[in-house]
Amino acid sequence: MSEFLIILVSTILVNNFVLVQFLGLCPFMGVSNKLETAMGMSLATTFVLTLSSVLSYLTYAYILEPLGVEYLRTISFILVIAVTVQFTEMVVKKTSPLLYRVLGVFLPLITSNCAVLGVALLTVKKGTDSFIEALLYGFGAAVGFSLVLILFAAMRERIAVADVPEPFKGPSIGMITAGLMSLAFMGFSGLIKL
Amino acid sequence: MSVLHVTSPHVRKPMTTNAVMRHVIYGTIPGLAVLTLLFGWGTLINVVFGSLVAVAAEALVLRLRNRPILFSIKDGSAILTAVLLALAIPPTSPWWITVVGILFAIVIAKQLYGGLGSNPFNPAMIGYVLLLISFPLEMTTWIPANLTEGVAASPSFSQSLALIFGSVDRTVIDGITMATPLDTFKTYAGNDLDMLRSASVLQGSIAGVGWEWVNIAFLVGGLYLVARKIITWHIPVAMVTSLFLLAGLFYIIDPDSYADPIFHVLGGGTMLGAFFIATDPVTAATSNKGKLIYGALIGLLIYVIRAWGGYPDAVAFAVLLLNLCAPTIEYYTQPRAYGHKKANSGIAKS
Repeated sequence: MSEFLIILVSTILVNNFVLVQFLGLCPFMGVSNKLETAMGMSLATTFVLTLSSVLSYLTYAYILEPLGVEYLRTISFILVIAVTVQFTEMVVKKTSPLLYRVLGVFLPLITSNCAVLGVALLTVKKGTDSFIEALLYGFGAAVGFSLVLILFAAMRERIAVADVPEPFKGPSIGMITAGLMSLAFMGFSGLIKL
Repeated sequence: MSVLHVTSPHVRKPMTTNAVMRHVIYGTIPGLAVLTLLFGWGTLINVVFGSLVAVAAEALVLRLRNRPILFSIKDGSAILTAVLLALAIPPTSPWWITVVGILFAIVIAKQLYGGLGSNPFNPAMIGYVLLLISFPLEMTTWIPANLTEGVAASPSFSQSLALIFGSVDRTVIDGITMATPLDTFKTYAGNDLDMLRSASVLQGSIAGVGWEWVNIAFLVGGLYLVARKIITWHIPVAMVTSLFLLAGLFYIIDPDSYADPIFHVLGGGTMLGAFFIATDPVTAATSNKGKLIYGALIGLLIYVIRAWGGYPDAVAFAVLLLNLCAPTIEYYTQPRAYGHKKANSGIAKS
């Protein structure tokens, strides 16, 4: 039980994929202008990340490893992720056309979100040996990503109306804010020794 | 029932930003006095020097931006940032520590966002955390309070001046510094109880020698702010309560590896954080419900980082982490305006 908690705390806070490992920065900067969009993106990414992490693990453990072709993992994970994203896109389009329109190009772009591939590869690299662990690892990473994306979006809505000096307007102040957030997240370092 | 009979006209004078900042600075005076009594003149020197640097940095940025300089300087917010940072750093830290911290706080954390009122993070704490991460050695060398057993008098005025500005060999200071009570507890708790019991910074005190007085002084100053209605009770009460309850819970479970709740509440920077830093009106949540959530979460994070994290004191990190949650907390705790329906939150339904 406690090892599951450790995986969650580690992926959400201590080794947060965005603020500590700097993965998945493009949707972090790209979809954080509005809170609502950020929430939709978080949901979609959480879905994709958890599912693809599990599917990649299964692919690796039951197809690649028995056949002895582990070196094909990157390319097969990309395939798995692309399929998952395509599936998510279809689901979102059917269930929430508005969200589909709002997310726009960022939805298919989850395919190239480095956090998604990163999680799949790190799960394998870490030597995850159970289905549940792979699931929690993917889910934790997704929750961590969603958490900072939503917090960041709420902050950016506020910064957008601030009297920021001309050269720092827009993405630059966003980058600076992300840096300061990362500084604050360093407080979690040492919380868990993996 | 009101016994005072007050007649009209009931004119209220709005409080200027300058008055608010001034009262907060007055509120820090008891704490500053106790720090000076216990640790020598260092903190006072840092406060004065830091204020000068802060005002200069603010004036420089405002000049670069062609904004009215005097207007912003006069609100006193830069000086308050400097005072809070100077109270948080060790009294003997060299002058460049103060300069780096203040410049980062004023220029990056405050003015890049458009100055007072727009900064999402508490500038003083951004400066503090930057210093803590970049110069961990300088930021954790505290001299012990002069009430500690076997410690001679704290540095005199000229000695403090020499330690801060002089070219004194810094190794001299190594002979008189010790780990802070929180640091000592972190090092020995749960693995070396004999060392913990014999540590001189913890002898005969409830929260580390001298530190309980520092915290009580900040508590007194904080109560002054509540009485003057500069801050409301919500954030400090929520923060201290949640810290106390959590610490109490773990102390009951395992008193050998976790410090008692009083130690947490009166140790380190808890009271300074609760009344002066977490309550910063710009970076904190503003609705009453939001303030309670905000304060309680700060208390929780302080405990988590102190008990299991890598840093001995966590007030600065906890405040910054909640600063970045504040806009989201506000979004979900928006009070309903009279005569309106509850505001929509979450993803719009299609």
